Amino acid sequence: MHATSALAEADRLMTVCNSCRYCEGLCAVFPAMEMRRAFPDGDLNYLANLCHGCGACYYDCQFSPPHEFNVNVPRVLAQVRADSYRAYAWPPAFAGVFERNGLAIAVIAALCVAGFLLGFAALNDPAALLGVHTGPGAFYRLMPHKAMAALFGAAFLYALVAVSMSLRLFWRDTARPGEAPTDASALWQAIKDAGRLRYLDGGGIGCMNDDERPADRRKLYHHLTFYGFLLCFAATAVATLYHFLLGREAPYPWYDLPVVLGTLGGIGLVIGPAGLLAAKGRRDPAVEDEARRGMDVAFIAMLLMAGITGLALLAWRETPVMGPLLALHLGVVFGFFITMPYSKFVHGLYRFVALIRYATERRMLQHGEEQADA
Amino acid sequence: MAEGGNGSAAGDGLVDLTRKFDVLVVGGGNAALCAAISARRSGASVLVLEAAPRFYRGGNTRHTRNMRCAHDSATETLTGPYTEEEFWDDLLRVTGGHTDEDLARFMIRQSKEMLPWIAAQGVRFQPSLGGTLSLGRTNSFFLGGGRAMLNALYLTAERLGVEVAYDSEVVELGIDTGMFLSATVSRGEERVVVRAATLVAAAGGFEANIEWLKTYWGAAADNFLIRGTPYNRGGLLKTLLDHGVGQVGDPTQCHAVAIDARAPRFDGGIITRLDCVVFGIVVNKHAQRFYDEGEDVWPKRYAIWGRLVAAQPDQIAYIVFDASSLELFMPSLYPPIEATSIRGLAQKLGLDTGALERTVSDFNAAVRPGAFDHTVLDDCRTEGLSPPKSHWARPIQAAPFYAYPVRPGITFTYLGTRVNKEARLLMADGKPSSNMFAAGEIMAGNVLGRGYAAGIGMTIGSVFGRIAGREAAANARN
Repeated sequence: MHATSALAEADRLMTVCNSCRYCEGLCAVFPAMEMRRAFPDGDLNYLANLCHGCGACYYDCQFSPPHEFNVNVPRVLAQVRADSYRAYAWPPAFAGVFERNGLAIAVIAALCVAGFLLGFAALNDPAALLGVHTGPGAFYRLMPHKAMAALFGAAFLYALVAVSMSLRLFWRDTARPGEAPTDASALWQAIKDAGRLRYLDGGGIGCMNDDERPADRRKLYHHLTFYGFLLCFAATAVATLYHFLLGREAPYPWYDLPVVLGTLGGIGLVIGPAGLLAAKGRRDPAVEDEARRGMDVAFIAMLLMAGITGLALLAWRETPVMGPLLALHLGVVFGFFITMPYSKFVHGLYRFVALIRYATERRMLQHGEEQADA
Repeated sequence: MAEGGNGSAAGDGLVDLTRKFDVLVVGGGNAALCAAISARRSGASVLVLEAAPRFYRGGNTRHTRNMRCAHDSATETLTGPYTEEEFWDDLLRVTGGHTDEDLARFMIRQSKEMLPWIAAQGVRFQPSLGGTLSLGRTNSFFLGGGRAMLNALYLTAERLGVEVAYDSEVVELGIDTGMFLSATVSRGEERVVVRAATLVAAAGGFEANIEWLKTYWGAAADNFLIRGTPYNRGGLLKTLLDHGVGQVGDPTQCHAVAIDARAPRFDGGIITRLDCVVFGIVVNKHAQRFYDEGEDVWPKRYAIWGRLVAAQPDQIAYIVFDASSLELFMPSLYPPIEATSIRGLAQKLGLDTGALERTVSDFNAAVRPGAFDHTVLDDCRTEGLSPPKSHWARPIQAAPFYAYPVRPGITFTYLGTRVNKEARLLMADGKPSSNMFAAGEIMAGNVLGRGYAAGIGMTIGSVFGRIAGREAAANARN
């Protein structure tokens, strides 16, 4: 009946939870569950991606292990969630990357870094790689801007297409036939809920990570990571505009917008992932999908590496190590882009789509109630 | 039982039981923790002895979800006012007058302070849960349920410096003419004598003590399911009564509801309850109906069916309904047993096929037409049938047919210790104990001698727990 044993277990749990409902104030998962009496795989994938893993329902549950009902919603939904990334991967031929994802990401990242290093060395005068380059266009003496833009543009476009296809499959599997994620107020609600990580707070008391004490700070670290990432993305976008519209070439002075954005973002991308890694190390094994630890760690490590190498490049861009640092940074970022559709990166997109679905459902429910009242 | 992977047991194992405490709290639920926190906030040194392992701490509080407190106006989570007078009227009605009016009115007045007080101990509230709209005005729901409430209370107690020892069952008390001297504690293999200036007894009732239940119910108690943990054995209650503490409440009585017969023997909690009696008929093992399924609205009806089933042979019954009702009530843990015919259903239930077919067809023939509405006392009833079904009677005819097997599910017992407004224990001769107090289910019978109103157990526990802790701390200083 269910595609995997994790889905079958999630179905069992949702049946238990639906007859209890004590947790309905904690997050969106339980109210969404209450709108259903049966749980096909698509709905379970939706609920699993709606879950933010705050952990509160596990410690609040009177039936969690060692109770014989063995209710462990955070862990089982984490398993279903990770399985769903694989199930909706596009093209399906690459779905296998989600198995042993940590190893795959590490190998791809290493190859990318090596590729840039070798490329710089092979295509340039060996002296150029370890030379001191300053002033506008310094980076492009190692790699022409056109080549850089084409390579990263292509990688980004591919990731965009692959991820869009996956999200389409996911939406079709969870939504009602013919329904589209186009309700403007539902979209705005989902943007607010995702932007504030509304459901990563145990219903207001805080998240739980190490034990039942709500002392977890993953929300803060996630904000640093996410907004750090967005700032870095904005820095790149602004720099691209500078280049093509204003004809101003990188590197820019420290006070210029791309550098300010990139520096702030880079700091976020160092502190945020470092905090998330530390929290992961302390996480109660009971609520964790231990088999997928590699995927989580690889993704956080890639973000951390992008942050560290970016800041290092800024710090030492006028020294002989600029060349190797540039290769390192570009390698990490390129690896990040091409693995985007097959890494933990997708968690945010699936969760965002799940939040749109949830906001849409809530609106339909309220609309239905208003009609019933009238 | 092994410690679950549910967080670390801070403090336990390191607690020094040889020092003399100001206040010894026996028990680990809402009443015990309110007492411990209140005593500690009054400056006393406090030891809490919980008989259960850490995961199962808190007795019946684990399974609660709300508390009923009087309040004069709507709040963020309550839809309207609930006056002292209305609370009293409700209490009078559910107990049928089996209450101590003076003490009950005192508790209701005190309950007004409890919502902010409990919130100040870290407990969060939320609007009433889906499917419980009828309680949205009167009852405050705990965000995350009873175990979340307990976690918050334990965390606060821990931060204040209350010592907590788990797996620590009090097996004997040293009491001399109403004065508590010491408690003998069983911790695994070892026995420890703990001394304290005062005692707060907050260790609940004896609903999980099957042998004790059997002294009143005989072999029928072997077929009872216990809705809470196996640790609610009433050991402290028995010890206190043996030492001459005054008794309150009918010892033979317990709160019993009909729950799914497939539930585990202990600790099935809320999810094994069934709300569907109203939608069908209920038959015993001989496939005979035995009570009016449509007598009254659900909150009133809910608590009588446990007792009704307990009186049936083998303490088993079956709620039988058809496809038209399947989605009209809250889902429960176990799926209903399903068959395409009444005959097939009888076979699956192990009932006499002919008898069930006759019972259903007799019922169907007696149903008079009406406008079905399960939210009010509607006009769908039977005629010429004994026992009748007074409301919500609709023929059982749309396949597939369904059944839930049910047994009595015991929630709590009414026997308790007598207390006064200081939560101080009264001895059998009426004299107040010099240093013993009680709170929670162990003294609930003073206020709730019979019946039940949702969330009132938590009110009794919090109000008297807070008072007991404060009074015990003051007592210890003198």
